[in-house]
Amino acid sequence: MSYLRKVLAIVAKDVAAELRTREMLSSMFVFALLVILIFNFAFELRAEDQATLAPGVLWVAICFAGMLGLSRSFILEKDRGSIEGLLLAPIERSAIFLGKMLGNVLFMGLFELLILPIFVVLFNLSAGDLPLLLGVVLLGTIGFGGVGTLFSAMAVHTRAREVLLPILLFPVMVPVILAAVKLTAAIFDQLPLSEVQNWLSLLIAFDVIFMALSFMLFDYVIEE
Amino acid sequence: MLPGERWGIALLVAAAWLMLIAVVLVFGVAPDPVNLTTDMERYAQRIFYFHVPNWWVGFLAYLIAAVAGVLYLTKGHERWDVLEVASVEIGLTFTTIGLISGSIWAKPTWNTWWTWEPRLTTAAIGWLMYVGYLMLRSAIDHPERRARFSAVFSIVAFLSVPITFLAIRWWRTIHPVVIAGSSDSGMGGFALGPTIGLIFFFCLFAFTALYFALLTLRTRSEWLARRVQQLRQDILYRS
Amino acid sequence: MLMIEIRGLIKAFGNRPVLRGVNLEVSAGEFLTLVGPNGAGKTTLMNIIATLSRPTAGHIRVAGFDPAADATRLRRHIGLVSHKALLYDDLSAEQNLRFYARLYDVAQPEARIEMLLRQVGLWGRQHDPVRTYSRGMQQRLAIARALLHDPPVVLLDEPDTGLDRHGAARLYDWLHQSGVAQRTVMMTTHNLERGLQWGDRIAILAQGRIAFQASQSQLGVAQLRARYDQLVGDA
Repeated sequence: MSYLRKVLAIVAKDVAAELRTREMLSSMFVFALLVILIFNFAFELRAEDQATLAPGVLWVAICFAGMLGLSRSFILEKDRGSIEGLLLAPIERSAIFLGKMLGNVLFMGLFELLILPIFVVLFNLSAGDLPLLLGVVLLGTIGFGGVGTLFSAMAVHTRAREVLLPILLFPVMVPVILAAVKLTAAIFDQLPLSEVQNWLSLLIAFDVIFMALSFMLFDYVIEE
Repeated sequence: MLPGERWGIALLVAAAWLMLIAVVLVFGVAPDPVNLTTDMERYAQRIFYFHVPNWWVGFLAYLIAAVAGVLYLTKGHERWDVLEVASVEIGLTFTTIGLISGSIWAKPTWNTWWTWEPRLTTAAIGWLMYVGYLMLRSAIDHPERRARFSAVFSIVAFLSVPITFLAIRWWRTIHPVVIAGSSDSGMGGFALGPTIGLIFFFCLFAFTALYFALLTLRTRSEWLARRVQQLRQDILYRS
Repeated sequence: MLMIEIRGLIKAFGNRPVLRGVNLEVSAGEFLTLVGPNGAGKTTLMNIIATLSRPTAGHIRVAGFDPAADATRLRRHIGLVSHKALLYDDLSAEQNLRFYARLYDVAQPEARIEMLLRQVGLWGRQHDPVRTYSRGMQQRLAIARALLHDPPVVLLDEPDTGLDRHGAARLYDWLHQSGVAQRTVMMTTHNLERGLQWGDRIAILAQGRIAFQASQSQLGVAQLRARYDQLVGDA
């Protein structure tokens, strides 16, 4: 299918560009590491506290580093005018959204794979149900990626680009962060899934609704 | 296009009268609620007549802004952008007052100025979203893009409110659940008897009228400001 | 046959009109140069033709398509070279072209990419990141990108910006080496002399309208300059 091929072409292009410089992944990784360390110092985390605070710290680190990745994704496009190149091509605007979003989710996912082991070690946790943990992290990342791609496409045109994206995105992300933290905590505490079923439903619902919404609204945001 | 001057003034006068009557009703006519024990609490309860309508108006304002956003994106006419920004500004004002009045009520009742319970937290987040909206607007120079982006943001922001509220509510709640029947649940809850109920709905109505009056005024002033801007540009461009 | 057909085109930004009724026709195979002062609306007009922007009112057909209604299909038939590179710095020339080839559904992309890169003299440097290219080289790559999908219509938006006389002459050579002659071309430029030299026809955009048109053989540079000053001076 031509549409899908074009979406993947955009993802491939972003991956190729990142492979050349590895700037984004490394900065996201280092930034998240810093956040985790700062939390450690700031809260003087001792053994009992760590377990309770850990999920929160993880997701704060993911959020902040994620913001970094999101902004960079579009800033690079804008500065060389290459958004115009995309707009000139016979490609649906929604395909641009999907391509960018998948790229963002992919990069965040890669970065999360790098940071999770370090996080688990630093906080001295047992990873619990690993596939489930990865699943929750993925769902949270998708929630982030959908609206995040939409908002970063907007923020890139403003004067205070990098500052504005967190201001716009964080309040809307609250349900995702809450659900993700609750679910992550349950996984680390090795609680049965049925206890946090509602949070899972909330997260999935958010992902579906807001991905669809961002998909529809992206057209209005990408036109010059 | 421009709302008629007469309508605006008429609405404002009507709203002013309604508010005046509301104040009189609240402080003069409304009876004391039965189950509150101290004088302080009884007096503080009166804020409820103003506090809840504030939230209602805040919510209404954001709803109208989101609808205006949809209309702008589909129809493209500038008047929807004007309506949207006016509504958000007024909504933000009422929300701020709501937060402050809620805080004033909370101190004698819950013995704290603030607490992270669902309604308050959602309100605070909503407040932040609409401050973000205004910041977004001020960060874009290009008028058409500004209108487009604000519309998109107001739609997404508004739609995130119910789900945010739900998420936060799945934590504990101590906010009085007043509308749910006449049982007093939660701390500081009180019965919504008939007189109180009537006065409350009157206040709700008065505040709504106030919102529409302010909206009309603000929309008009925004139109005039834009017209001035255009005229200025025309003159500069010509010379 | 008319490749570009514009009648009564109006474009206003808010209440400020930029194009106030443009009438323009470009036949197949013709090379039209558009000149005009800054702010006249040259880029605005180009953007509308290239489907990057929508007109406020008026009639426009490009290669038989309506840019507002048939944008996606029309884009296959247009190649744009602008003064901005529209290239990805971190990728190589080959990676850039391969990406665009996918977006444009180009048949036999590898062969076509090699041919174009050879035509613009970049074969041999195709694996280097675009960041390392000189401005002239980037322009050449931009030409290759614009012609990748073999478009019948080529738009050049001030391609000579930032190039000296020598660079501009080479640009001309590269354009013709990559087969621009058989296509319908519309170019905007600030340089009157160059505009007259390169094009079959020249038009002046002033005060939001086409104020003057002539074919290359009809007048010399001096006359053109006089006419231009006269029209533009009236602003």
